[in-house]
Amino acid sequence: MSTTVTPPPKKTNRLGLEVLSYKGSKTTLCAGCGHNSISERIVECFYELGVNPYTVAKFSGIGCSSKSPAYFLGMSHGFNGVHGRMPAIATGAMLANRTLLGLGVTGDGDTASIGIGQFMHLVRRNIPMIYVIEDNGVYGLTKGQFSATADIGSTQKNGAPNDLPPFDCCALAMKWGATFVARSFSGDKKQLQAIIKTAIVHNGLSVIDVVSPCVTFNDHLGSTKSYSYMKDHESVLQELDFVPAFEDIAVDIAEGEVMDVRMFDGSHLRIRKLGRDYDPTDRFKGLKALEEAEAKHEVLTGVLYVNPTKPTFFDTLNMADEALATLPQEKTRPSRETLETVLEELR
Amino acid sequence: MSTLEVSPSEPVSGPSGHTITNDFSIQVATVNGSGSQTANTVLMRSLFQMGIPVSGKNMFPSNIAGLPTWFTIRASKQGYIGRRKEIDFLVAMNPETAREDVMKLDRGAAVVYDEPLKLNALRSDLHFYPVPFDKLVVPVCPEAKLRKLVRNMIYDGVVAWLLSIEMEEVHKALVKQFGKKKAKAAELNWGAAMAGYEFASKTFTKSDPYRVERMNETAGKIIIDGNAACALGAMFAGVTVVTWYPITPSSSLVESLIGYLKRFRHDKETGKATYAVVQAEDELASIGMALGAGWAGARSMTATAGPGISLMSEFIGLGYYAEIPAVIFDVERVGPSTGLPTRTQQGDILTNAILSHGDTKHPMLFPCSPEECFTMAIEAFDFAERFQTPVFVMTDLDLGMNNWMADPFPYPEKPIERGKVLSGEDLDRLGGFARYKDVDGDGVGYRTLPGTKHPMASYFTRGSGHNDRALYTEREDDYIHNMDRLAHKFEVMRKHLPAPVVHQAENAEIGFIAVGTSDYAVRESCDQLRNEYNIHASYMRLLGYPFCEEMLDFIRRHDRIYVVDQNRDGQLLGLMRLELEPNLIAKLRSIRYYGGLPLDARTVTDEIIAQEGK
Repeated sequence: MSTTVTPPPKKTNRLGLEVLSYKGSKTTLCAGCGHNSISERIVECFYELGVNPYTVAKFSGIGCSSKSPAYFLGMSHGFNGVHGRMPAIATGAMLANRTLLGLGVTGDGDTASIGIGQFMHLVRRNIPMIYVIEDNGVYGLTKGQFSATADIGSTQKNGAPNDLPPFDCCALAMKWGATFVARSFSGDKKQLQAIIKTAIVHNGLSVIDVVSPCVTFNDHLGSTKSYSYMKDHESVLQELDFVPAFEDIAVDIAEGEVMDVRMFDGSHLRIRKLGRDYDPTDRFKGLKALEEAEAKHEVLTGVLYVNPTKPTFFDTLNMADEALATLPQEKTRPSRETLETVLEELR
Repeated sequence: MSTLEVSPSEPVSGPSGHTITNDFSIQVATVNGSGSQTANTVLMRSLFQMGIPVSGKNMFPSNIAGLPTWFTIRASKQGYIGRRKEIDFLVAMNPETAREDVMKLDRGAAVVYDEPLKLNALRSDLHFYPVPFDKLVVPVCPEAKLRKLVRNMIYDGVVAWLLSIEMEEVHKALVKQFGKKKAKAAELNWGAAMAGYEFASKTFTKSDPYRVERMNETAGKIIIDGNAACALGAMFAGVTVVTWYPITPSSSLVESLIGYLKRFRHDKETGKATYAVVQAEDELASIGMALGAGWAGARSMTATAGPGISLMSEFIGLGYYAEIPAVIFDVERVGPSTGLPTRTQQGDILTNAILSHGDTKHPMLFPCSPEECFTMAIEAFDFAERFQTPVFVMTDLDLGMNNWMADPFPYPEKPIERGKVLSGEDLDRLGGFARYKDVDGDGVGYRTLPGTKHPMASYFTRGSGHNDRALYTEREDDYIHNMDRLAHKFEVMRKHLPAPVVHQAENAEIGFIAVGTSDYAVRESCDQLRNEYNIHASYMRLLGYPFCEEMLDFIRRHDRIYVVDQNRDGQLLGLMRLELEPNLIAKLRSIRYYGGLPLDARTVTDEIIAQEGK
């Protein structure tokens, strides 16, 4: 007589999908690359929140970071475009189908060097999508040249110093219109998860700058984007806790210490202050704090700014609620009478 | 060209005894920003309303106010609406250019001019009509600051009297021009036109031969510019995402479209827009957005001109290689670089055919009239989705920005074709798909749209090397296989473009091949060659690229083929040379004009005569 062993039930999320459904192909990036950690966080967050992978559209530009969308959410459509111009592709796709959940993954060269113009205009339009910058300060694919987020005075692997100041993509995003702005570190699993989950439910542009060390070209002593530099200079603003709408946990706010931000879909972002007086709904003070931190060679991480109610670009355009791409002909081709009206005016 | 029977030295005075009816061109020389556009449009429309075939060409500077502008109106009982080189009737309002404008005229031409300019002292072989505009404008326009704008309407009245244009038609045109909302402005302008008419009738004795007479050749026709016609075509094609960056001469295409979309493309129940229009930060962004939208399944478009085309180059290569539909309206202007932004040229033919690095090829459509702007815009959207590739609609400044007399547009009877798009149900039935696999033998794979609810729907679009399943590859065989399929797809397109328009002349040794707005000059030139030189020429107008099979037969049927290009380097000819057999190339000759004005028949005819050695 044989005994049958029932295998333990497979772990699934609220859609009944396993985590495997959120994975992509095997990474081809270097072992230890911060970008791989970010890919893992994306897989976890989309799985845990039970996001339908069919509704996600992934976008990227060119570079190591831009390869990574192949390594997560394999059941989502992806578009690896041209260098620095991912915002345009993403904007067009989101206009065509506003029901998509847009997820852009890009790098510091793609965003702050060749793509700074498109990045700024994406920010200005507040397109509802997630924009992750995998920020390592160098061009990995072309072997270690500086990008425009490299700090002044930091050096290349060969010792050559950077003599220009960096763009702070978070400060730019806060100043010019993004409605959820955060900075994190690829090594901080918990913080990055809370930030990504908040971005998933945010109705507006989320800019997430993640310091993500390049182990091959920028993890040395002169680097300000290395694992060891972050260990010494990261200044964590808050402890973050994301409570999704579907968990329906009554929110009780501890006096003074915890700030609760209600997101568009009813989820909550709970922000526990760590002895600092930082209000992420106050843009002006936030920008000041970034300036002060830079002077002290500190890297502020956490939620820098959140505004869950500002109108998005779709609102500004008064666009139909359904996807424009698949509107039926009755809605997109005006009538015979309309043509006759127009022609009569031209006679 | 004047048929006045006088010798060059003989002064012209008094009635010449014969008339030239409905066959002349009027040139109005003004300063831009002076409101002359209204006066000129009213003049042109008055002739149109009298049933006379008419065309209007605006030669304007790249400037907002203060520089010379010329507007030429041609009336032609034969129905020639291309530019006529010779000016028969000049209205000289601009002191800066008046002298040169007068000196360029053929003898026997008529000149209406601002009296203080004393132009009658310049020549004795023209018919002069001095008008004291400043004096006449005072009583009809008490408000001094408006006089500059109203002043020009006076010449409409003067010209109406001199050419026998019916004043009721001038009035009707004015009312149409100003619309119901600006009735007061229309009244003010009408007073000015009447003042001019009365002054002329009291003062002048008509001595020039030019006049108009009512015809019935414009009934049912419309007046529209090519940009507005393209815009209407796009709206009736069901465009949903429009992204653009302002650039002369294409801006008014999208501006017209915005106007039409606001009126006719809002959901009746919700009031919401069934479209999105985005003014992008530059042309890199506008084409990027159009491709992003096309990828996600929208009917997307952008409109631009030469400098924008240069900027779009990289993205167009992505569109070709990743196989994404989009329609690009290229309203060509004079290059290179900034060039002459407000002059016309067919300057982008060769560039667009192979735009972007690597081996790329792009289909182009060449409308020549507002009707074709409308129908080809619709065809372009169907074609882009059918073949999953960027498509260029090639117009130019002449077609795009000038007002044309046109036949009314036919309502599109064919349902909108969205191409090979698989739904979730299709995927259930098929059990999956390979994005770039040539299943049907036409080189076109099946695609899915992001948002398709099916576990097998997704694929990864990239501009890097990819195989049938859209997976990254650097393999030699994968690369070659994919590039060969793209080449095959281009071959299939050949058979699906609109057929050329052919005028076959009997026993013709020579033939013309041309595209777009060269049509008007070439057709008129064919008549000139036959009537004046007894040369019979056939003519094929191509409507699309890649070239069609019929073109090869046309070349074979003739001894010599004149390829007409509105550019310096013979771009259309160059493109033919790239693709044709040597024995056919040997038959090709080139006629090129690149001065920035619309091509005229006489230039073509003179060139043929020179090259034919007649």
